[in-house]
Formats: sequence, structure tokens, C-alpha cells
Amino acid sequence: MKTLLIGEYREGKLLESTYELLGFAGELGAETAMLLVGSDNQLPAYGGTLYLADAATCGEYNPDLHKKLILEVVQKESPDYIVFLHSSYGWDLAPRVAAALKIAKISEVIAITDGGFEVGCCNAKMRRSVKPVTAKAVVTIQAGAFTAKQPGGTPDVHKLAATGGGALEFIGYEPAEKKDVDLGKAEIIVSAGRGVGKKDNIPLIQALATALGGELGASRPVVDAEWVNHSHQVGTTGQTVSPKLYIACGISGAIQHLAGMKKSDFIVAINKDKDAPIGEIADVLVVADVMQFVPALTAKVAK
Amino acid sequence: MKLLVCIKQVPDLESRFKPNAEGVWYNETDLAFRMNEYDEYAVEQAILLREKLGEGAELTVLSIGPDRVVEAIKKSLAMGCDNAAHIQDPAASAKDPWQIASVIATYAKDKNFDIIFTGMQSQDRGSAQVGVTVAELLGFGCTTTIVGFDYDNGTITAKRELEGGIKGVVKLKTPALVTCQMGLNVPRYPTLPNIMKAKKKEITVIPVAELQAEEPLATTTSFHPPAKKGGGIVLEGDVGDMVEKVIAILKDKTAVLR
Ligand SMILES: Cc1cc2nc3c(=O)[nH]c(=O)nc-3n(C[C@H](O)[C@H](O)[C@H](O)COP(=O)(O)OP(=O)(O)OC[C@H]3O[C@@H](n4cnc5c(N)ncnc54)[C@H](O)[C@@H]3O)c2cc1C
Repeated sequence: MKTLLIGEYREGKLLESTYELLGFAGELGAETAMLLVGSDNQLPAYGGTLYLADAATCGEYNPDLHKKLILEVVQKESPDYIVFLHSSYGWDLAPRVAAALKIAKISEVIAITDGGFEVGCCNAKMRRSVKPVTAKAVVTIQAGAFTAKQPGGTPDVHKLAATGGGALEFIGYEPAEKKDVDLGKAEIIVSAGRGVGKKDNIPLIQALATALGGELGASRPVVDAEWVNHSHQVGTTGQTVSPKLYIACGISGAIQHLAGMKKSDFIVAINKDKDAPIGEIADVLVVADVMQFVPALTAKVAK
Repeated sequence: MKLLVCIKQVPDLESRFKPNAEGVWYNETDLAFRMNEYDEYAVEQAILLREKLGEGAELTVLSIGPDRVVEAIKKSLAMGCDNAAHIQDPAASAKDPWQIASVIATYAKDKNFDIIFTGMQSQDRGSAQVGVTVAELLGFGCTTTIVGFDYDNGTITAKRELEGGIKGVVKLKTPALVTCQMGLNVPRYPTLPNIMKAKKKEITVIPVAELQAEEPLATTTSFHPPAKKGGGIVLEGDVGDMVEKVIAILKDKTAVLR
């Protein structure tokens, strides 16, 4: 079995997540070749075949051209699986490659099963086992689902020369918003999720954080609704935290939130839904209405 | 200008999910359905553009599914879409993303849409590929996961959200498709007068057989809950008792409470 792994590169740097692709291929027991639109001076520590195109000329985000490069290498290598990370780069590019080849595209794989793949669904509450019908398939793997593997060595580089733009013109990056709190240093974080109900209830969550001497965190919908400032957002598009204690109030436990807090030492979740996926990683799941439980806990802690 | 927004109806995700008879998707009995959250941002953005363009612009909302999806279609019409296409398919949930995308592309191909909006993914299936695949099939330019959108004279300027809160700014010429991320805008609530007005808007019903010719490229073999990792303590019952228990556990297991 053979895999073509599509590495990631952004703002002039090879992304570490590229090594998760090698972890996946290792678990699959497959041969590998890699394709990277990157740079000569940012080669992965990988001794296999590397097809390299220059990001300086091809662009870091230029999906039409990147697709063309991948299709060219697929011709040469004839891989069984073309593997991407399920990331802003991967979920954008992978379906284009699958459509061009008219082969199965399996999204956000979290595990390998007998002849197929396990993927999450229903906001991480449930799982599906999925199999490609086509002989070859495009796969995107969930960030963090496969342990990164850094084999070491120097790749055997095959340069790809490509030209041509695409439908898109990339203008540039905008940095993330400035943080007024660095949750990364907090020892205790009490986070508010959509289950808190409304903006007016946020002070009650803040009160618990204050009583414990911790910081307020938040899930994304709470930030998008402007109940809490973005600098408090925990997750893939917010901050990654690892406090001694993380209390999740009315947070379902979507993968993008878990990615930001699952390394916390101790996790307490308050949720009215016993089946909420946050329960999978919580050390304690309190099945309760957050607006009843949190003020009661605050009162006891404050004493 | 012609605009299209594609929406899906999904179950309330706070529901309890049970496998259907085939064991490959959820049983719909007892589930309440509503518009996919990501699609609400798509609908809102399409309406904002429709309003900016004014006279001469037309915004169609499309949904594939059984008759229940008409509820979500009606909501979009009440929000401000002009008309709708209901692609009637009682078996839509058994189709893979490739088939769904092919149905949409077949519907759209001779209609000269300038911009198509979709959500970045559905909350139930979460494959994040229907929008991009539609664009590929139609030969439209496409960008994904947008949190900013502007249109001027044939050019879209979109802001993509990347990991860690970084954004990428791109320009693309129409015809184009964009997939919308949470936080792109604040979706409006339909007002009562608009709900009444929407009742007069046209919903064209098209049986899926008229648009579907593709076989699936992937199949689901099982739908099941995650294996319980266990280890965690679950507390239920009286709030006062649970507070005492949590305090005791925190004192015992963490160094943060003395
Ligand atoms: C590309 C991408 C990036 C993302 N980045 C992030 C990110 O950085 N951070 C992030 O958090 N999310 C992120 N998300 C969103 C993520 O997928 C989820 O939608 C989000 O985390 C859900 O937030 P939530 O748990 O607060 O809300 P919901 O999923 O709506 O959950 C609310 C929970 O509250 C419970 N509840 C409701 N009422 C009560 C009550 N009265 N008492 C107790 N419990 C109650 C419910 O049972 C439910 O479990 C991202 C998504 C995408 C696609």
C-alpha cells in the first residue's frame, strides 16, 4: 500500500503537523512519498521521496495550482491514499483533488479500522465507519488524532516546476487579534459555553473563576455572539491551554474546543446532557443545569 | 446578478442519537430539526449581498432532503431569500457528499449563478466537502472557511480563517463559491411581517431523480457512539450534594483547592 502525504507550510515555515501524516501512514503500515509546497531550507526530517515545489513562486495558498501539482505526482506515484491534514489547508484542497480524480474523499479521520476509517459525526457525539468504494481515496486526518512521527533523515528531493495562477489571488495574512489575557499561563480556567444561555449569565461564570483565583475562558459561539472577548477563546482558532484545573460550563466538547484544552491536568464539565462529548475527557461530569450548579459552587468556594 | 445559497437541515445536536434500522445513520424519530448553523451564516451573507445589489439581483435558496426541509427553506425565505428550490429526496441522508454535490451542480449548471454560498460543513455529517466539490464540478473559483466577505464589481474579497486565529485574505472573480464559517456575520431573526411575506414566495419542487445520476464514492458501514474511555466520574442528582462532592474531589485530586 502506498500513500502520498501532503505536507503543510505557512508563513515561510514547515508546519509540525506534517509529521502527523507520517504517524498515520505508520499506523496504516503503508509506504510513503511526500509532496510539499514549501522551501529548500525548511525540509522535513524524513528520509523518503519528497516532491518539492517552491512556495515563493507557487504561493502558500493557491489551491488550483497546488491541485495541479498533486495530480502530476499522483500520475507518477499512483498512491492508494492521498493524505492531508483536516486543516484550513487540507479541507480546502483535498475535495478538489478528489473531484478531479473522481475518487472517494473521507473527511477528518480519527482512526483506522478494518478496511476503512473511523470518523466523528453529530458534533463529535457519534462515530461512523466509512469505506471508500473507489480503489484509491483522498483522506483528511483530524489534527492530533495520530501521533506525530519524525523519522529523521534527509529527503530525496524531486523538484516540481509549476506555473500558472488560478481563480484566486492571495493578498496576505492578517495576524490573530492581540490577546489581553494569556490563558496559557493560567492555573485555573473556568470556561463559558453556549449552554450558559445568554450574555447576562457570563458574570456568574466569571464569579466562579474569580472565587477560584482563575481566568475566564470561552467556547467559540460565546465569542462570536460577543458575550466574551475573543482573547478568552479556547480552541484551534483561539488559545491552547493546559491549566491545573479546567471547568467547562455548558460546553459540548467539539473537537476544535477539545484541541485547545484536553491537556489540562484536571477537567470538570457541567452539562445537562449526560451524553455530551465533553464527558469523554472530563475527570468529573456534573449532569446539571449550569445556572443552578455554578452559583451554588461559587458560594461554597467563596466561603 | 444571480445568487444561490445551499442549506441543510440538521437535528438538534443536544439530542440523543440512535442508529437507524440499517445501522448506518441516525434514526430520525423524536429528533427536532433546524437549519445547519454554518448555513445560517451563508444565508445571512447572501441576503446582505442581495440587499446591497438591490434591483435586478435574485437570491435562490436550495435544500435537498425529505419534506421536513421545507421548514428550513421557509426560514431562509422569511430571512430574505427571493425564491427556493426544494430538491425532494427522502433518501438524501444515505447519499455521500459526492452525490449531494453532483445534485447541486446539476441543478446549478445551466442557471448562470454568479455566486454560490454554502456553510463550511454540516453539523451532523461534518464532511466539509460539498461546497468545494460543487465549485469543482461547475468550474467556479472557490475559497473556504470565510469570516469576512466583500463584493465589488465582479470581485469577491474574502477573509479565510486559519488555525490560531490568523486570517488569509484572498480575492476571486465571479463566478465563485464561498463556504461560510461561524462568526462571519450575525444571522437575523425573521420578523413576523417577513414570515407572512415569505408565504407568497415560490418554492420549486424538483424530484431528485431528475438531477441524480452519480453513484456513491464512499459508503458508511456503521453508525455508533464512541467507545467510552471511562475513568471519569459522573455526578447526578441534588445540586447541593453535587457541589459537596465536587469540592471534595477537587481537594483530593488537585492542588488548587485547600
Ligand atoms: C474550523 C473551526 C474552528 C473552530 N474553532 C473553535 C475554537 O477555537 N474554539 C471553540 O470552542 N470552538 C471552535 N469551533 C466550533 C466548534 O466546532 C463548536 O461549534 C463549539 O465549540 C461549540 O461550542 P459550545 O460547546 O459552547 O456550544 P454547543 O456545542 O452548542 O454546546 C452547548 C452545550 O451546553 C449544554 N447546555 C445547554 N444548556 C445547558 C444548561 N442550562 N446547563 C448545562 N448545560 C447546558 C448542551 O447540552 C451542550 O452540550 C470551530 C469550528 C470550526 C469548524
